[in-house]
Amino acid sequence: MSAIELRGLTKVYPGGVKALDSLDLTIPDGEFFALLGPSGCGKTTLLRTIAGLETATGGAVVIGGRDVTGVQPGGRDIAMVFQDYALFPHMDVTDNIAYPLRIKKVARSTREQKAAEVGARLGLDKLMDRRPGQLSGGQQQRVALARVMATQAQAFLFDEPLSNLDARLRLEARTFLKKLQHELGVTTVFVTHDQAEALAMADRMAVMESGHIRQIGTPAEVFQRPANTFVAGFIGSTPMNLLDGVVRGDTVEVADCKLAVPQSAEGLLRDGEKIVYGVRPEYNGYSAEPVDGSLVGKVSIVENLGASYLVTLDVNGVPVQAVVPEGHEPALGDEGYALPRRDRALIYRDGELVSA
Amino acid sequence: MTRFVLHRIGFYVLVAVLLAFFAVPLLWLASAPFTSDPTYQVRMPDFTADNFRALFDNPYALGSLWNSVLLAAGTAVLVVAFATLAAYALSRVRLPGRDALLYTLLLLSSIITGTAAMVPLFQLAVELQLIDSQLGLILILTGGLLPAAIFMMKDFMDSTPKSYEESARVFGATPLQIVRHVVVPLVRPGLATIGVWAVANVWGNFLMPYLLLSDVEKQPGAVIMYTLYTEGGQANLQLLATFGLLYSVPVVLMYLFVSKKYGFRFHGGIKR
Repeated sequence: MSAIELRGLTKVYPGGVKALDSLDLTIPDGEFFALLGPSGCGKTTLLRTIAGLETATGGAVVIGGRDVTGVQPGGRDIAMVFQDYALFPHMDVTDNIAYPLRIKKVARSTREQKAAEVGARLGLDKLMDRRPGQLSGGQQQRVALARVMATQAQAFLFDEPLSNLDARLRLEARTFLKKLQHELGVTTVFVTHDQAEALAMADRMAVMESGHIRQIGTPAEVFQRPANTFVAGFIGSTPMNLLDGVVRGDTVEVADCKLAVPQSAEGLLRDGEKIVYGVRPEYNGYSAEPVDGSLVGKVSIVENLGASYLVTLDVNGVPVQAVVPEGHEPALGDEGYALPRRDRALIYRDGELVSA
Repeated sequence: MTRFVLHRIGFYVLVAVLLAFFAVPLLWLASAPFTSDPTYQVRMPDFTADNFRALFDNPYALGSLWNSVLLAAGTAVLVVAFATLAAYALSRVRLPGRDALLYTLLLLSSIITGTAAMVPLFQLAVELQLIDSQLGLILILTGGLLPAAIFMMKDFMDSTPKSYEESARVFGATPLQIVRHVVVPLVRPGLATIGVWAVANVWGNFLMPYLLLSDVEKQPGAVIMYTLYTEGGQANLQLLATFGLLYSVPVVLMYLFVSKKYGFRFHGGIKR
């Protein structure tokens, strides 16, 4: 068990592509940590650099207090689950799970016993003689997890652990993974491009964009107070409304509507400055009756989200989204009023969150 | 309708004629050894064993088949071993000019064991005292087959996903362990293909052993077959047919064995 620490980690690919730009990150012992970002943001490179499969161009990787920057993957005392699981197709489940022990020259009987133990824990006891080709996707994933558990490494790395499962299985596996990590208490870093996955599973997460970490925090912090417009637009199943506005005294003018200054930005704005007003559709109260200090517009789209509806208002040419509970959804073309919650709305200046 | 029927009839007649071209020599090979006094015609055999007795009386016939096995097996083992290691490295390590190197090798290899290089090869073998040595012949044949083998093997290597190896690497496996535990089992069909291909190549090679082995005791079947003449200088069909049959059986057996044992690939473990 141990912490992972990255100091000024830089990775430049031959050809000059800067995949990681001087990253600093500390992941405390036992934490379930998510690396989140769009494809090409460097999250997989970061994971592979921690694993040692990519060599860092600069900076240091410290695992459990030991600088492992120049150490081969096998010497780092980590274990990794690959996106495609990479189970050896010519070995049965037992041999697959026991493979790390075979490398460590553990006696055959001991490692088979260990494999049976770990396999049973993950509900694989009836499948131990099968080859990977005879297993379902979910079972393959559990074999990959069992193989990692058998190593008793200091830290686990998961590369997109859920992306190869179908939607329903993914939800099950999410819960399962979180529970397993909690029970094992091993420092675990996982990479995902799915913000819902990161929010649901991680203790803390880092949101990455083109080689930089844009925000580090708990899922609640990242969801409620995105540090910049990139994170604001990336996190959330429905993207945040990011509306251009101008400060007018103690109000903010957005699409010709006057809104109250959000609590988080009170006293921090200058009159007349250009800002971006951000509010999540979930925190945007919809009303069919006129409300003071709200965004006024015509309903242009109504989308069914299941227990609620996503309503898009056309506010003087600017689309504004609000979530409306079922049974209260408006008809197309209705006049609607969206009142952002003052304690949840945010102001961004030059793309960065304005806060005390 | 009649047009369709005529069309079908014409098609099958054509197929039958084409097949006959391949079938008749094989029928001859199967029947002639068991016929007393065989001719070039395919006849119903009278199941005599005289031809075999005559062949076994020939002092070199059976020994030459054993020589063929030695040469073919030796070459195949060397080709498979070297081609696997070279192809693995070429497939996984980025080298400037790698493809050019491969194509040049491939081009040159057809010259090395070909007729064009006959004289220099002979000279080289004499200088290195590899003349009249089966080991020398194996090395030269290996050299000739390797480039094409590496080329084919690299294709197999390229098609195995890297994450298998990376996975093994993270668990601490050394490169040789990775090759032994992961790569070789995965490319086994490739190894079998290259092995069979090398054996078939050596088995049928006449020129190289004819050139480099002067001792009749060391010569393989392909060369000995060339000596099966009657006193009158006519082709001795009795011996030729019988020897031909014995000469083809090992290769056929090998194909059957390999296709039964390796004629499959492992699937799964990588979610696509």
